[in-house]
Amino acid sequence: MPNFIDRRLNPKDKSLGNRQRFLRRARDELKRAINDRIKSGKIDAVDSNQVIPIPTKGIGEPTFQRSRNAGHREQVLPGNKVFGSGDRIPRPVANGGKGSSEPTASGEGEDDFQFALTREEVLDLFFEDLELPDLVKLNLKEVVTFRPRRAGYTVSGNPTSISVARTMFNSFGRRIALRRPKQAELDAISEQIAKQEEDKRPTPAKAQQLAELRARLETLQRRRRLIPYVDPIDIRYKRFEPQPVPNANAVMFCLMDVSGSMGEREKDLAKRFFVLLHLFLKRRYERTDIVFIRHTHEAAEVDEDTFFYSTQSGGTVVSTALEEMLRVIRARYPAKDWNIYAAQASDGDNIPNDSDKCVSLLNETLMKLCQYYAYVEIIDERESEMFRHADNGTSLWNAYRQVSEVWPHFEMTRIAKPSDIYPVFHELFAKQPAPAKRS
Amino acid sequence: MEKRSKPSPLLFTSSDWNFDDLSRAYDAIREIAIDELHLDFYPNQIEVISSEQMLDAYSSIGMPLMYQHWSFGKHFLHESNLYRRGRMGLAYELVINSNPCITYLMEENTMALQALVIAHASFGHNHFFKNNYLFQQWTDAGAILAYMEFAKSYIARCEERYGPGAVEAVLDAAHALMPQAVFRYRRRPRLSVEREQARIRERLEHEEQTFSDLWRTLPQSAEAKVPRPPETDISERQSAIEYPEENLLYFLEKYSPVLKAWQREILRIVRVIAQYFYPQRQTKVMNEGCATFTHYTIMNSLYDKGMISEGAMLEVLQNHSNVVFQPHFDDPRYGGLNPYTLGFNMMRDIQRICMEPTAEDKDWFPDFAGNGDWCGTLLDAWASHRDESFIRQFLSPALIRDMRLFSLREESSDPYYEVTAIHDERGYERVRSKLADSYDVGMTQPDIQAVAADLGGDRKLRLKHTVHHGGTLVEDSRNETLRYIQRLWGHEVSLVGVDGTTDATLYEVSSKELG
Repeated sequence: MPNFIDRRLNPKDKSLGNRQRFLRRARDELKRAINDRIKSGKIDAVDSNQVIPIPTKGIGEPTFQRSRNAGHREQVLPGNKVFGSGDRIPRPVANGGKGSSEPTASGEGEDDFQFALTREEVLDLFFEDLELPDLVKLNLKEVVTFRPRRAGYTVSGNPTSISVARTMFNSFGRRIALRRPKQAELDAISEQIAKQEEDKRPTPAKAQQLAELRARLETLQRRRRLIPYVDPIDIRYKRFEPQPVPNANAVMFCLMDVSGSMGEREKDLAKRFFVLLHLFLKRRYERTDIVFIRHTHEAAEVDEDTFFYSTQSGGTVVSTALEEMLRVIRARYPAKDWNIYAAQASDGDNIPNDSDKCVSLLNETLMKLCQYYAYVEIIDERESEMFRHADNGTSLWNAYRQVSEVWPHFEMTRIAKPSDIYPVFHELFAKQPAPAKRS
Repeated sequence: MEKRSKPSPLLFTSSDWNFDDLSRAYDAIREIAIDELHLDFYPNQIEVISSEQMLDAYSSIGMPLMYQHWSFGKHFLHESNLYRRGRMGLAYELVINSNPCITYLMEENTMALQALVIAHASFGHNHFFKNNYLFQQWTDAGAILAYMEFAKSYIARCEERYGPGAVEAVLDAAHALMPQAVFRYRRRPRLSVEREQARIRERLEHEEQTFSDLWRTLPQSAEAKVPRPPETDISERQSAIEYPEENLLYFLEKYSPVLKAWQREILRIVRVIAQYFYPQRQTKVMNEGCATFTHYTIMNSLYDKGMISEGAMLEVLQNHSNVVFQPHFDDPRYGGLNPYTLGFNMMRDIQRICMEPTAEDKDWFPDFAGNGDWCGTLLDAWASHRDESFIRQFLSPALIRDMRLFSLREESSDPYYEVTAIHDERGYERVRSKLADSYDVGMTQPDIQAVAADLGGDRKLRLKHTVHHGGTLVEDSRNETLRYIQRLWGHEVSLVGVDGTTDATLYEVSSKELG
């Protein structure tokens, strides 16, 4: 008799540890791949599972292997059709057939090795450069919480959620429909029986009547037993539906200067900045819209691809972007229904005199509408030394400093490398209500 | 009429399996295995697993217990990718050479397939594991699971103590040397797991108990009083080294000047595992052939007895023919000789030669042609051969013709391949001997040995690669491996390629130059 064992219910993911070790091993390659994705992909795609092809570099398993292209060898093959001994066959041209491809270092030729990374893993890699505090990372990665919400009734459920009223209501209807004898009815008959029993010498008619009454009482009692007061089919439970914790909607405005002075590097940094704000908003709000506004000497609302990839020449008039933003807000995102967040990236250039206009736009209207306004000025690494002090900068920077003095939810910073981005959001993340509150 | 009165002789009727059917089928199969095939096997333990668990088992080289290493994670990802994209089917079963013999069945298999798999693995492979001389000599089926348990927990403990990075560094290097980590000729003392474990445990516990932070604070002079290991010690160790040594991991474990005790233990674990799998590498054709022949015979016998239905038998046959499918060399699906096909065909051929020999067979195989005892002949062959000798002895001209085998010679400098032998009178011998050669692990594995190490001087380790037929090594991979050896040896390591026939030096590479 063999020993049969059903292992199907054994804990899964036995190889999880191996997988993690492998991810650690391939980390550099993965990070490069993720960064490429961030450069080329959509902002909201960062927050999802991704399949990432990586080269086998760094994850090879070398051994001493005999080279296939050296020396001579003799092998036996099946399926000879036309060859006779002594035949000479031209060697197939490279990559045409056997013996031509050198095995990779791993010995298995896994050239299109692909990773399916979970959202968590993607975010981990994304956060790595940004130097976010762990608490913030956790907050950002947190999944949507649900709150149970009453939604009608159900026939199955757990005993604590029985709806007594609805159950009794059903029970009542059923009792009426099945004509379950009422207690009063039984009492009345019993009383009659008792009364008649007092009569010591009943006439045959009376005796007959008494017997009938007793029979009737018995029928009714049996009927009562058969038709329960509360039947399992009456029972209704309150139904709860998991409901995402109600959040309002948020709209995120991405404003960027796309004039010639913004190069690849500047745009990449700006993108990381936008991604981070988007992640934050997505976590907090059920619905997050993104509006992309780019500007040179004129501003326009564009789609994401145009925003990041197409170039436009022209001067730089920042206030046009703010005006465009104001227009969009008025047209589509009334401040009473939407939480408005704005993120502006620029290299700080502006035509003279326009900066004052920006300040007045912000002070008078926009800052009243916005929950938060973040401005980053993307500067060269070399410049970062020069601009160490906040009170020294481009015209736009100096102008915005007046705004930030008035409005506490206006943040501004200069960034030269990815790790500079976080401080802009510092206030924003610090103000986070603890996740527990929303359970 | 009679049929109705008797209970149905069918073992199962539905294609879904359940444990009752499995157990009934197992008993029927066992009876045939014993009565008709005279198989001798370890007790069976049959485990049903899901596809994900099968992938898990796959990636940890088929062991149910394995220490953790990133390369297994890599294989797991690779295989699950292939599987999900539908480019690879999973094996229906996995069998472990242990006592009791563990067979994994996939839950997705139909009942007919489960029966096939039980016959294949729980009896075919099981018999082979228990009786083949290589397995008897080199593996310890009773101890392997306990040993793996020990290996797993030992390495986990090392990771805890010394950090996963340090353990990984040793394992990476050890894995690179796995093919060079077997004793091919010398027989090592059989491992006793209990003793092994007790030894390790004692040592670790001793270390833990006697550890005292105070020792660190002792004045330096106390240490100075203890004399450095005298020169004689080194020369003693030096003279204890035996050259040449082909088991490089063993060499490093014993003589490396830099490894710590736990690192040596890890090398030992990897070495033991490599040694455990060494027989399997040498008997792929026979092992699979034996199992395939067993399931084929048993399933046919069950069908002849009316114990499985025609439908189930068709399913069995279909799966069987998939398993033994051999594409021709010019077929895009060709990926080498299918060991299942070759093994199965040869064993069927032996059966034929025993029962209905032709004049040619009598000429080629005088000692068993027509002896009428195919079962005994096969049992004997299974017990006392490995692939190379099995093919050299039993591949018949009839089968060479049947499979249309031919041998092809290639020279790296020659733009032409040359057909050296085909299935004709002049060619049989050569085809057979070349095919046998290609299964000789000694011929296919590069021959690399440790030939000198100067422990007292520059501590340089010299390796010698004896090159046969001009077969040099893939350079990238070779250099990487050499770096790994240097990591284990701690000092310069050089590898010299020497031609096996002329003794001319073909190449020389040192880890120092590689940087």
